[in-house]
Amino acid sequence: MIPLSAYLILSAILFAIGVAGIYINRKNVIILLMCIELILLAVNTNFVAFSHFLQNHIGEVFVFFILTVAAAEAAIGLAILVAVFRNRRTIDVEELDLLKG
Amino acid sequence: MITIQQLVFYFFATLAVIGSSMVIISKNSVRAVLYLVFTFFCMAGIWLLLQSEFLAIVLVLVYVGAVMVLFLFVVMMLDIEIGKLIYSFAKRWPIGLLVAAVMLGLTVWTLSAPYSTNALPNPPPFPADYSHVKVLGALLYTDYLFAFEVAGVILLVAMIAAIGITFRGPRDIKTQKPSLQVQVRKEDRLKIVKMLPEGDKP
Amino acid sequence: MQSSVLSECLIVVLAPLIASLSAGFFGRWIGRKGAHWVTIVGVGVSFFVSVLIAKQIFWDKLPTPIDMTVYTWAQINTLHFQVGFLIDPLTVLMMMVVSFISWMVHIYTVGYMHDDPGYQRFFSYISLFTFSMLMLVMANNFLQLFFGWEAVGLMSYLLIGFWYQRESAIFANLKAFIANRVGDFGFLLGIAAVLWVFGSLDYATVFAAAPTIAAKQSMIEIFAGYPWSVFSVICILLFVGAMGKSAQMPLHVWLPDSMEGPTPISALIHAATMVTAGVFMVARMSPLFEYSDTALNIVLIIGTATCFFMGLVGVVQNDIKRVVAYSTLSQLGYMMAALGVSAYMAGIFHLMTHAFFKALLFLGAGSVIIAMHHEQDIRNMGGLKKYMPITYVTMLIGSLALIGFPFFSGFYSKDMIIEAVHLSNLPSAPIAYWVVLGSVFVTALYSFRMFFLVFHTQERMDSHTREHLHESPAVVWVPLVILAVPSVIVGMWFIGPMFEGFFAKSIFVLPEHAVNAQLKAEYHGAMAMAWHGFQSMPFKLGLAGIVVAWLCYIQAPSLARFFRKLFAPVYAILIHKYGFDEFNQVVVAGGTRVMGWLCWRVGDGALIDGLAVNGTARTIGLSSKILRHLQSGYVYHYAFAMITGTIALLIWLTVR
Repeated sequence: MIPLSAYLILSAILFAIGVAGIYINRKNVIILLMCIELILLAVNTNFVAFSHFLQNHIGEVFVFFILTVAAAEAAIGLAILVAVFRNRRTIDVEELDLLKG
Repeated sequence: MITIQQLVFYFFATLAVIGSSMVIISKNSVRAVLYLVFTFFCMAGIWLLLQSEFLAIVLVLVYVGAVMVLFLFVVMMLDIEIGKLIYSFAKRWPIGLLVAAVMLGLTVWTLSAPYSTNALPNPPPFPADYSHVKVLGALLYTDYLFAFEVAGVILLVAMIAAIGITFRGPRDIKTQKPSLQVQVRKEDRLKIVKMLPEGDKP
Repeated sequence: MQSSVLSECLIVVLAPLIASLSAGFFGRWIGRKGAHWVTIVGVGVSFFVSVLIAKQIFWDKLPTPIDMTVYTWAQINTLHFQVGFLIDPLTVLMMMVVSFISWMVHIYTVGYMHDDPGYQRFFSYISLFTFSMLMLVMANNFLQLFFGWEAVGLMSYLLIGFWYQRESAIFANLKAFIANRVGDFGFLLGIAAVLWVFGSLDYATVFAAAPTIAAKQSMIEIFAGYPWSVFSVICILLFVGAMGKSAQMPLHVWLPDSMEGPTPISALIHAATMVTAGVFMVARMSPLFEYSDTALNIVLIIGTATCFFMGLVGVVQNDIKRVVAYSTLSQLGYMMAALGVSAYMAGIFHLMTHAFFKALLFLGAGSVIIAMHHEQDIRNMGGLKKYMPITYVTMLIGSLALIGFPFFSGFYSKDMIIEAVHLSNLPSAPIAYWVVLGSVFVTALYSFRMFFLVFHTQERMDSHTREHLHESPAVVWVPLVILAVPSVIVGMWFIGPMFEGFFAKSIFVLPEHAVNAQLKAEYHGAMAMAWHGFQSMPFKLGLAGIVVAWLCYIQAPSLARFFRKLFAPVYAILIHKYGFDEFNQVVVAGGTRVMGWLCWRVGDGALIDGLAVNGTARTIGLSSKILRHLQSGYVYHYAFAMITGTIALLIWLTVR
């Protein structure tokens, strides 16, 4: 049978890939947002796995809400991206540095 | 002996990892989005293994069906020249990878012991008439009703926010305004002027 | 009865104040005549009411001390800051002396400052001074004493620099004020110590509590590891104030320079009244001083030192007013010496007699100066005897009183002091006795040197001045005559009552310091004392001084030059007044300037401005220049920072 740790390690791998993706991606804000979705997916998997193994459905309820919020956040994030694109005509992350100190 | 569950798990897990790696590696944004969709599908499979079929379907329907499609919309809409996206890895990709690896190693190191099969045995399987939807529904509509409602409000707010950010006002279209048309009077449109006939005499 | 005393006190104090304010603010409207009339009337009223109070105390035998509080100025918890009056024999004596001398000086000024443009201002100042001095002597608490103290210092400043367009006058008045201030610093610390130990500033409370505190023998440690008796600390600090005000060494430097002011104020302030405030204060604080042998010793030593060394400087002075000024310093030393041996009575007695004959000497000097058209150098005078007979006689009386010639007032007070020092059992008393005797010789020497050079010897003035030489106007010589009378008789008149316990309740003496009792035992009446005086050592020394002066200046003037050559190094030291002025200029003033420069350039400029203020700004600027790079504007940098931080935290939590 599959131990809980297997699921957790899987989700950790996905999380790490998401994080790495945030850092190494320099040209595309959309990829950035997608990596965030990856991270959220990893976290969701974590919740579901624990919920299954601890036989408590609260974890799954929480996944429900995370999905909701993730959807909302993706929508708004993309809206912002569109607005930025309209002004800056670029989605190159390296060129979005107006808040440089 | 490898059980069917293990086989399924490792199959889906491998595919998910490959898919997510391709997300961050691929140069083409559309391809990246599609790889992400693929990853989501694989993860839905994993969730099925964890006997939460409702959430797996919700993942596919809502997350892939709506959010990823939204991503695709935006990718297509933002008239980005594919050529410009010659995607060079940052010069500092080793560091990113290193950090990720450290994190991964840490997690693995801490998590494998306490959550192994000895410490936390697999739960007994559910009975045949187990309905995940029913169970979740029972929880959602009773204990977590308030959170449920709030989640709805959040979605509403997100919708409004998205429109508020991107809406630039209606474009210049010519439309009819019947209310104004009805109020027109003859004097506004017609003016009769007495004029002497002009032209050649018969 | 008490309420009438209160209103009398108020009249005594307020009459000069109102007169001063009228002359000061409305001087231009009431004119010169108005100004001098209003102030002379004001101070005269003050004098007569003081005499009335004296009559009530001594003839009607009102019980003393009368302690009245007039007005509570402020109150902090249990500490009351009040205005009040304390009437007892000591106060009454001082009041009478102050108001009488002030009155005489007012009248004298009418003639002396006749042509001065600041006429009304002068009268306003001297009445205000009278008010301040009266407030000082009539105070019943330390705060009012301090008020009067400071006020007389202020008036001294204003009056010394009366001719403010003269640079030397401004230098002198600043010097006086600053030297006074140094003393006042100690004085204020002393008052603070009194407040700290006794918890109150009223004389009554403090003096009543003194025996109990003394019995406890409390010590305070100002420098850790060196405990001092509280009484020593308090009294020494108070005495520092007295040193400043009464010009004891080393804070004596201002008095000779104060001769820059007009002669009337030299008479009033720097002979009779302000400088005696320190003597009065020590006498008033006798209940405190008695408990500290250390303080009494210090008073004795400094008083004797001042007495002798200042007298020596007076021998070589050529300005007529300077001679009298150093004479004042010397006599103040006598008074302090008397206080040091617990013969407070003798000190105050000498204060009183000295007030009269010193004022007389100063006013006489002023009369000479007027006659000589403001010439002050005695080397340019001589033979004035036949031109100014009245001045001559009165100056002679004053000089004889000064050197302690039997029967004159100075004799009684001075001999009492010398005997008291002789009988005292303080450790430094034996040496003090010989020094004080030596001062008698020196006093006779300088006073008769001046007398002979001015009134006898050949005439050294130019012919123009000689033609105009005549006796001064009546407003000038009448006060001289009036002052000459007490210079002769007040001594023998007063010494009886003095021994009869005049000061019984106002001065406190411990049994082990009871020189007065011994003096009283030896006293057999004024006349007897005078006849006996002719056989005593001081008289012989005084006579020796007169003889030496006569030899050097009348018989054989070349002797003077011979002595000067013989004692040339001594002469040099004396002419430079022991180098106190140079020391103050270089070390004190120069040091203060250096400190000021340090505070300005180093403390303020480099440290506060450069390091603290600008330094902080610069540090912030530098650090922000570096920290600015953290805000790259790139989202992925921020995300990376977050992740790295989280991982670090996790590692730390895991490994711990």
